[in-house]
Amino acid sequence: MSDPLGSVEGQARRNLPSLKLHVPEPPARPGEAADFTHFDIPAAGAQPRPDETAQPADMRDMAYGLVRVLDDGGQAVGPWDPRLPAETLLKMLRYMALTRAFDARMFRAQRQGKTSFYMKSTGEEAVSIGAAMALSRDDMCFPSYRQQGILIARDWSLVDMMNQIYSNKGDRMKGRQLPIMYSAREAGFFSISGNLTTQYPQAVGWAMASAAKGDTRIAVTWCGEGSTAEGDFHSACTFASVYRAPVIMNVVNNQWAISSFSGFAGAEATTFAARAVGYGIAGLRVDGNDVLAVYAATRWAADRARANAGPTLIEHFTYRVEGHSTSDDPSAYRSAEESSQWPLGDPIARLKAHCIALGIWDDDRHAAMDKELAEHVRDAAREAEKNGILGHGLHHPMESMFEDVFEEMPWHLEEQKQQMLDEWKAAGL
Amino acid sequence: MTETHDIDAVNAVMTQDEAQADVRQMNMIQAINSALDVMMDRDPDVVVMGEDVGYFGGVFRATAGLQQKYGKNRVFDTPITECGIIGVAVGMGAYGLRPVPEIQFADYIYPALDQLVSEAARLRYRSAGEFVSPMTVRSPFGGGIFGGQTHSQSPEGIFTHVSGVKTVIPSTPYDAKGLLIAAIEDNDPTIFFEPKRIYNGPFDGHYDTPAKSWAGHAQAQVPQGYYRIPLGKARTTRAGEALTILCYGTMVHVVENTVAAMGVDAEIIDLRTLVPLDIEAIEASVRKTGRCLIVHEATRTSGFGAELLAQVQERCFYHLEAPIERVTGFDTPYPHSLEWAYFPGPVRIREAITKIMKD
Repeated sequence: MSDPLGSVEGQARRNLPSLKLHVPEPPARPGEAADFTHFDIPAAGAQPRPDETAQPADMRDMAYGLVRVLDDGGQAVGPWDPRLPAETLLKMLRYMALTRAFDARMFRAQRQGKTSFYMKSTGEEAVSIGAAMALSRDDMCFPSYRQQGILIARDWSLVDMMNQIYSNKGDRMKGRQLPIMYSAREAGFFSISGNLTTQYPQAVGWAMASAAKGDTRIAVTWCGEGSTAEGDFHSACTFASVYRAPVIMNVVNNQWAISSFSGFAGAEATTFAARAVGYGIAGLRVDGNDVLAVYAATRWAADRARANAGPTLIEHFTYRVEGHSTSDDPSAYRSAEESSQWPLGDPIARLKAHCIALGIWDDDRHAAMDKELAEHVRDAAREAEKNGILGHGLHHPMESMFEDVFEEMPWHLEEQKQQMLDEWKAAGL
Repeated sequence: MTETHDIDAVNAVMTQDEAQADVRQMNMIQAINSALDVMMDRDPDVVVMGEDVGYFGGVFRATAGLQQKYGKNRVFDTPITECGIIGVAVGMGAYGLRPVPEIQFADYIYPALDQLVSEAARLRYRSAGEFVSPMTVRSPFGGGIFGGQTHSQSPEGIFTHVSGVKTVIPSTPYDAKGLLIAAIEDNDPTIFFEPKRIYNGPFDGHYDTPAKSWAGHAQAQVPQGYYRIPLGKARTTRAGEALTILCYGTMVHVVENTVAAMGVDAEIIDLRTLVPLDIEAIEASVRKTGRCLIVHEATRTSGFGAELLAQVQERCFYHLEAPIERVTGFDTPYPHSLEWAYFPGPVRIREAITKIMKD
């Protein structure tokens, strides 16, 4: 480019610095040491707990702090401690371990060629389990694709989930959806979409309907930090704020959106909970690997919604330990050390340590539980495989693909169905 | 001949005890308002939402008086986010409501496309019927009002290309009410495009003559109570032997007028519903006349006329005596000052008819 110094305009600009484009870069790439020094992690118990009906303007600090209950010594401390009975703690531990065992089995099933795709939630189990246990069972969940823990915490059938993953003849979704995109109306679990954050305004709409009808049920939704950039997220926040919808909006900040670190969603500039500040809604930032903090924050937000005090946006600060999916290899873009050095630790190990510190649990019982759960999942998988695995013929009949496009099949789909069947017949198949 | 495109047979679907004898003259806005009123009265789950639709009653007045009558929980203004409006309507539908969102102009519907195409249209299929999206999206569309390129578009072809959504376009007050009631009662998502050029009166295509009102038009006599016109049934607005003209919305009136002026014995079919399409009516008519003209205001390439042309060719090839012609909008944005050069008006329709009849 030529410098237009000859022009008056060029003369006036010659002393200005060149403009620079900032393209974010994560602290560590493959082969480099993990670096978490940029994270400010406050001590457990340090965060105040505002009243559930507090004005958003009076609790803005909560969007920049980090609600933590479990300290490094396995003690539950501070005003957010939900003081759960031993029985509930052990149930939480079991659900988290079951989710991990389920993930392990289904990941392996994909590697064995039994299905096309799987997504683990390793390291993020607390986000789903803590929330599901803090909600009423009839509260409506609009999850993203990594909240299988909700179904598990609602005691949904593992065989039913696996039938979906195998797209077999037992799949209630008739083999139409990518594996893990469950739908379970009876479990208050909305049909998962592959398009990101579309569930956010849908959850707000469901919550608005519940409020308009004078119901008592609330809606809860989840998305990843990467997809907070979608317009749907901001539409949802606007609607939630405007109508004070009884909804909890969760952002699972697991640091990585496939290969894009959270900086590409704006994490270098502020927190994700801080999105709430601009919308004038309550925002909480929570240690997402601390199941007691997740439980307490969700309970706070649910009580707030039920009291007609409005929506809450909760950022769960966590880490995606595994790849985005079975189609992803994180060693190609991030430091291999990160998952082991992540300062907020592992959610199962932390709750386990707490239960041991309370004297209600020990290593032997934990090992026995893991063994029992692995067998339980294995038995479920064997049961599901009786209905078939992907690509081995035991799927819904071909013509079922034309069903449910509309309530009643219109002529053009009837015609296309018949044409397909005739062609296959003519081909001798 | 099938009975499906016989106007008397179609009207007979309106059962006698349901149709109230109390008929009055309405323009299309009043007919749409009446349909919403009737459905809100009959079904407490029907909710109306959109930009400016509440207290004010909508920029075209289609929702006037509804908030006052049914309250703010059922008729409310929304933030200006079409993505949000449709996303919220999906969630309300999942709850069990029957939302009737308004998108203020069809030109503004694009921010809502993901929620319409990937969510509302696919929900029944992907959940195997566990969740459905029974919404009816009302939106004024089409040109002829000097709206420029952002208030004139006809995007129906975008939606007819999507599996799982129905597309309905009325051309008269009577049809607008009956079709809107049927769309609201339908358990699948429906795009209901309202031809805004004919909200206040039929338009013959002659923009330089004084505008006509609906007064005196037979199809402006509208029952005040409940009646429905089934989706997927076309209306033969003029029976004829010389050629078949397929059209919908504003173009029905432009075609009717041009045909009358030419004195040609055309059979004019107002499709009323694009998906599902009344293929029987089309097929029977073209087999009879052997000639076919397709008229729409939307752009030409991949427009709905292309699908119509393919269907007619596949079903009526050996009955055709001349190539099928299309008169459509050009493949350009809608130009403000050159609106009447863009609009597929009487001159172009006349030329096409003359060409088809020559062969």
